[in-house]
Amino acid sequence: MNPVNYLYLAALLFTIGATGVLIRRNAIVVFMCIELMLNACNLAFVTFSRMHGNLDGQIIAFFTMVVAAAEVVVGLAIIVSLFRTRHSASVDDASLMKL
Amino acid sequence: MENLIALLIAAPLLGAAVLLAGGRRLDRVGHWIGTLLSAASFVFGLILFADLLGKNAEHRTLTQHLWTWIPVGGFQADVTFRLDQLSMTFVLLITGVGSLIHLYSVGYMEHDERRRRFFGYLNLFLAAMLLLVLADNYLLLYVGWEGVGLASYLLIGFWQHKPSAATAAKKAFLVNRVGDMGLSIAIMLMFTTFGSFAFGPVLGHTGDTSEGKLTAIGLMLLLAACGKSAQVPLQSWLGDAMEGPTPVSALIHAATMVTAGVYLIVRSGAIFNAAPDAQLAVTVVGAVTLLFGAIVGCAKDDIKKALAGSTMSQIGYMVLAAGLGPIGYVFAIMHLVTHGFFKAGLFLGAGSVMHGMNDEVDMRRYGGLRKYMPVTFITFGLGYLAIIGFPGLSGFFSKDKIIEAAFAKGGTEGWILGGAALLGAAITAFYMTRVMLMTFFGEERWRNQPTRSPEAPSAEPAAETRGEHTEPHPHESPKVMTIPMIVLAVGSVFGGAFFSIGDRFLNWLEPVTGHSEGDSPLSAATVTGATMVCLVIGVAIAWAQYGRKPVPAVAPRGSLLTRAARRDLLQDDFNHVVLVRGGEHLTRSLVYVDHTLVDGVVNGTAAGFGGMSGRLRRLQNGFVRSYAVSMFGGAALLVAATLLMRAV
Amino acid sequence: MTTPLAAYTTSTGEAFQFWVLGTIAVIGALCTVFMKRAVHSALCLAGTMIVLAVFYLANGAYFLGVVQIVVYTGAIMMLFLFVVMLVGVTAADSLKETIKGQRWLALLCGAGFGVLLFAGIGNASLKEFSGAGRANTNGNVEGLAALIFTKYVFAFEITGALLITAAVGAMVLTHRERTERAKTQRELSEQRVREGTNVPPLPAPGVYARHNAVDIAGLLPDGTPSELTVSKTLRERGQLRDVSTEALNDLRALEQRAEERLERTAIEPETFKRPEEASK
Repeated sequence: MNPVNYLYLAALLFTIGATGVLIRRNAIVVFMCIELMLNACNLAFVTFSRMHGNLDGQIIAFFTMVVAAAEVVVGLAIIVSLFRTRHSASVDDASLMKL
Repeated sequence: MENLIALLIAAPLLGAAVLLAGGRRLDRVGHWIGTLLSAASFVFGLILFADLLGKNAEHRTLTQHLWTWIPVGGFQADVTFRLDQLSMTFVLLITGVGSLIHLYSVGYMEHDERRRRFFGYLNLFLAAMLLLVLADNYLLLYVGWEGVGLASYLLIGFWQHKPSAATAAKKAFLVNRVGDMGLSIAIMLMFTTFGSFAFGPVLGHTGDTSEGKLTAIGLMLLLAACGKSAQVPLQSWLGDAMEGPTPVSALIHAATMVTAGVYLIVRSGAIFNAAPDAQLAVTVVGAVTLLFGAIVGCAKDDIKKALAGSTMSQIGYMVLAAGLGPIGYVFAIMHLVTHGFFKAGLFLGAGSVMHGMNDEVDMRRYGGLRKYMPVTFITFGLGYLAIIGFPGLSGFFSKDKIIEAAFAKGGTEGWILGGAALLGAAITAFYMTRVMLMTFFGEERWRNQPTRSPEAPSAEPAAETRGEHTEPHPHESPKVMTIPMIVLAVGSVFGGAFFSIGDRFLNWLEPVTGHSEGDSPLSAATVTGATMVCLVIGVAIAWAQYGRKPVPAVAPRGSLLTRAARRDLLQDDFNHVVLVRGGEHLTRSLVYVDHTLVDGVVNGTAAGFGGMSGRLRRLQNGFVRSYAVSMFGGAALLVAATLLMRAV
Repeated sequence: MTTPLAAYTTSTGEAFQFWVLGTIAVIGALCTVFMKRAVHSALCLAGTMIVLAVFYLANGAYFLGVVQIVVYTGAIMMLFLFVVMLVGVTAADSLKETIKGQRWLALLCGAGFGVLLFAGIGNASLKEFSGAGRANTNGNVEGLAALIFTKYVFAFEITGALLITAAVGAMVLTHRERTERAKTQRELSEQRVREGTNVPPLPAPGVYARHNAVDIAGLLPDGTPSELTVSKTLRERGQLRDVSTEALNDLRALEQRAEERLERTAIEPETFKRPEEASK
């Protein structure tokens, strides 16, 4: 098997995650889909690291994880406060910015 | 002595300011203030005149510098007055005749509620005219020129409650603007050509300048003169200007306004001398106008309009003379002065007749008035003899000289111009005799005419109070009106002889205008004889038509020429068809283009953007997921673009 | 695996592992997207992440594999579950699309994007793999540490700052400042008396020996269930059970048996029906 298949898998997971972001209305699920996309990227980075034989790709993946952790913290806090004010976790309900 | 020059203008200007700003409390004395200040200006003029006479001919030019008006770099306009023999002549004419007209107006406007305002306007008129003739540069002259235009507008439209008067004032103003434009362009050309517009530099350097530029300046000056002096093709305002009170007509026709054009041409003589083409244009305009005005004067039944045609014709003589160059300048001014006397007298006489006839102006409703208004009859008659050039009276001397000068032009031009002048003399004799006969002789056609003609509706509000609309009772005018007429009649009788004997006027003006004797193909006696023959023929025809036969109270239909002449030789129709209609069409097509093309593009663009925005707005639905789809699609496009670039 | 090969291939074991676990990962991802309940989505995602962790390990990223399990699956996904618990179940869980055309557009974009990515990877010249062994010569963790604290030290420090900021930000976002003093129990009861509503404690749910009482509404004297007696969340989820008819029918049956025992005539032999059912 050629390790390129890992990249195909990463692309597939990324696409699924992106489509999920577009389809789901529950903010928490949308957020999980974003995490899925980030993980797909990480897989690609790790595969690239193996391809080039150095650790830079893994470092980038590591930073992605850290930043993702920070993002999750803030994002979930936003969801909670949104739920508190609007009593709903639907992203469609927060559609005030329209004509 | 120079300091008096400013006072000449200041006196009437003060009068205008006081009378117009003074309000109703000056109503009782306003007319006397105006007359006194006008007379004061005349007295200053006399003092200055005496001063000038006491000097040598070379030192008879006084200048007074008041202040620098516009100092901008190389451009400098001064408020400087220049009093030389030419200006002096005009000053005396303007203030003298003007003062007499002021005096006359005291009586004529006695019943008008707005008499104070009227005198204010008269004073303004005098001040503007004096500024015009005393200015030392063309820019200051332009100020006076515009002031005259304003004052004439105010005075012609003085009875503004009459729509016809308001229209006439507007017409005079608008037509004058065309001429004013000519003057302003001429001034601009002068500035670019000479770098200055003071008389000294401009008129002193005509020799160094190309003839083309001088011709352009000359033609523009001629356009200006045409506007102010009512020469063809800008003559149409003069007839309508009769809507103003009669003293205004006298003032405009005799002493001010229309003489401004002649003054401008004579003053700019150096330019015209160096531009023969412009000079020829001046003579052509003069010749055409003198015949035009004379023909119009023959057909009018309105006494004032007949006199207006006469004025046009006489100014035509002056312009013709001014166009002849140094041969004619002096005679142009001399005719201007004598004309000032007799035309003022004639107008005041006409006003006196109207005054006695309930403001009736139609000569077909006059007749036999000599018994009822003897003073008016005599003064009017003397003016009449003077204008037709009866031997010994002032018109004889001045007009005869002009005809001589026209022949002296030489060549075919000389014959044509002289012939036109002679023909004009004959027609003048005809129409003036006609006026005289219809007004003062014949049967009393005003009997059994209880109401006034509908063409002349209640014009002056004073007429309502003056009497019921019954048969008019012709009566002599009060002394305050007859005295000016008598003075003017004396001037009409003796003025010409006084000026001509010993060439007094010629010697007086020559240092300013220059003079040269042309070699006339005809001897002076021949010309005089021919003029006399024309005169007799004109009078005889008039007598045959209006003296022997009774004058019909309703105008006959008349020949084609008569009908055209009654309509001022179709000048208004011409203006209407060519200028008004043409302008309307131009405007309409421009508006159409503006509406369809320009607005179409603008509105179309706006509507397009509006529609597009309306559709694009739907994209902005507020749902985050929709925006995310756009982002995702965009990302897909980016990937596609990257791949494409790699593939290429 | 130290020598680079022109066409690099992995061992059969890794291939087998990839195809099996890869299938699971894709299924887990799809379930994440299409599961109706957020809790199920979260669990599926956790499964996918664990598979990914295994793949990291297979690719020689030992440190990352462990971190993926400990931090991602262990911490972050648990955080998700906590939030799911907090937020509860709402109508947003429905998979029914409300924006016109959104689903088709999303699928179209997704398909297009996926095809393009696949085409891109297929076109790229990715034949030469150096292999993870060369990178891990000095040990994976040591290598990473060396890089982080030398080449990437600034990024590392800045990431630390970002984490702290994020923590503070989350606190600020979720913290609610109390603007007035909380009411004491006494004040609350006084307020209830003043307003005249629910002066006694809320009624208890319908206690019935055979059922878990919390999800059964208590009955009013006329036999209808009372809204006040059950939790709002259960009502929204539609998890309430209505046993009122059952109970009354039981009662009826009991009375009938008693009458039979006492040999009395039946007053109303039919079974009890709810008013709305009777009216049909």
